[in-house]
Amino acid sequence: MRALLVLLAVVGGWEAYVGFGGVDELLLPAPSAIAAALVDDRALLWSNFAVTAREIALGIAAALVLGLAAAVAIHLCQPVRRSLYPLLVTSQTIPIPVIAPLLVVWLGYDLAPKIVIVALVCVFPIVVSTLDALGRADADLRKLMRSFGATRWQTFRLVEAPAALPGLITGAKLSLAFAGIAAILAEWAGSESGLGHLVLQALPQFETARAYAGVLILAAFSVALFGALSLAERRLVPWAAAARP
Amino acid sequence: MQTRIQAPPKAPASQIDVDAVRLDRVTKTFPPARRGAAPVTALDEVSLRVRSGEIVAVVGPSGCGKTTLLELVCGLVAPDAGTVESQAAALMAQRDLLLPWAGAADNAALALRVAGVDRRAARERASALLVDFGLGGFERARPHELSGGMRQRVAFARTLLAGRPVLCLDEPFAALDALTRLQMQDWLAATLHADPRTVVLVTHDVEEAVVLADRVVVLSQRPGRVLATLDVAAPRPRRRDDPELVALRARALAELAA
Repeated sequence: MRALLVLLAVVGGWEAYVGFGGVDELLLPAPSAIAAALVDDRALLWSNFAVTAREIALGIAAALVLGLAAAVAIHLCQPVRRSLYPLLVTSQTIPIPVIAPLLVVWLGYDLAPKIVIVALVCVFPIVVSTLDALGRADADLRKLMRSFGATRWQTFRLVEAPAALPGLITGAKLSLAFAGIAAILAEWAGSESGLGHLVLQALPQFETARAYAGVLILAAFSVALFGALSLAERRLVPWAAAARP
Repeated sequence: MQTRIQAPPKAPASQIDVDAVRLDRVTKTFPPARRGAAPVTALDEVSLRVRSGEIVAVVGPSGCGKTTLLELVCGLVAPDAGTVESQAAALMAQRDLLLPWAGAADNAALALRVAGVDRRAARERASALLVDFGLGGFERARPHELSGGMRQRVAFARTLLAGRPVLCLDEPFAALDALTRLQMQDWLAATLHADPRTVVLVTHDVEEAVVLADRVVVLSQRPGRVLATLDVAAPRPRRRDDPELVALRARALAELAA
C-alpha cells in the first residue's frame, strides 16, 4: 500500500518535471505519453511481448529442469559434485553479453539462442539454492532414517527432497529477476522480434515513449511472474511459512 | 551390531530372561573436534544388560555419553572396544524430528514407509495408533499445529511402528515444559504398562528414571562409567510420593553427586 503511494508520488513528480520543460520529451517522455503509447501501439507491443514472454517462460522452464537435475545429481553423487560443480560455478563467470552474439551466429536469429541464454543465466541460482536446501536437511533426521534402515534413495525421497522444495522455489524466484534482463540481452544480440528488439528499433526512430512502454510491460510481466511464484510457494510449501518463527 | 533384525516385538513370557541388549565393557572414543584438542572418550568400559521386556533407565550428567550408548545399541556407531549385542532397536530422540510438511499420521508412519508398506496402509495403521494415543482428529495436522506433548506422542508412535523389539528413548521429554513433562511421563508409564516393551531410557531427570524404570543405571561424568545400578521394585501404577521411589531418587542423586 505504502509502495503504491510512493509510486504515485514519483509518477506525479515525473509528469510535472517533464510538463514544466525540465527535460526534452525525446529523452524522457512524460508518464502520460507512455500511457498513450501503451494504448496506441498496443498491437505492436502485444505481438512483441508474446515473443519475449515465450523466451522467458521456456528459458526458465529449461533452467528449472536442468537445474533440478544437476542439483540432485551433485547432491547424491560425490564424483558428480567434484566434476560438475566447479564447472557450473565457472560458467557463471562467463559474461553473457559477450557470448550472446556468438550463440546467435551459431544457433540462428530465432527462439533457440534466447532460450539458451535465459536458461544459462537462470540455472545457477536454481542449482545453488536447491543444493543448499538439500544439504541442510537435518542431520539428526538422517540418523533417524538410518536407524529405520532406510536406503540412500529413501532418505532422499522421504526427507531431503521435500525439505529442498522451498529452496527450489527460492532459486526460481531469484532467477526470475534475471530472466527478463537475459531475454533482452539475447534479443539485442540479434533478433527480428520481441520487446528488446522493439526498444532497440524505437530509439533511433525517436519513439522514446514506445521504448518506455516496452520496458514497462516487461517489468510488469516479471512482477506478475514473481507474484504467481509467491502464490505457488504458499500453496506448495505452506509448512515453510508456518514453521518460521 | 544387530544380531536379529526381525525379532518379535514382544517377547513371549518364557523368554523373559533373554537379554535383549548386552553391552560388555564397551569403550567409545571420538576423534578431537579441532586439531590439537584431546580425543573425547564418551564411554569407558561400560557394561549393561537389558532383559527382554525390561525398562532400564540410564541417568547421568550432560555429556556423559548417554546418547552414544543408545547409538551403539541402535547400531548407528561401532564401539572401539568391547562388544555390543542387541535385538533390532528403534531410536526416539530428544527433538521430535517430525517432518514439517507431513501430517501426524504420515509422520508416525515414516518407518513403515521405509519398510516398504504402501502409503495408504501405512497411514491407516498409524492413524489407528494415534487414536489410541489420544490424537484422534489430528491425523492430518502438521507438526506446527500440534503442542509439544502431542508432537512427542506422534514421535513415540513412529518409534513403536518401527516394529523393533527394543525402544531407545533419548531424553524424550527434556524439551517439554515441566507440567507437560509430568503428564507425558505418566502417559508413557501407562502405555508401557498396557503394552510392555524392552526400553532403554536415557535421561538426566532422576525422578523420570525411577518413575518409569525397572532398573536405573547411574553413569559418571565423562568418560561415562557405571557408578551404580538401582533396582526399582515399586508396583505399578507408581506414585511419585511413594517412599521407596523418593528414597531411590535420593540414592541416585547421591551417587551422581559423589
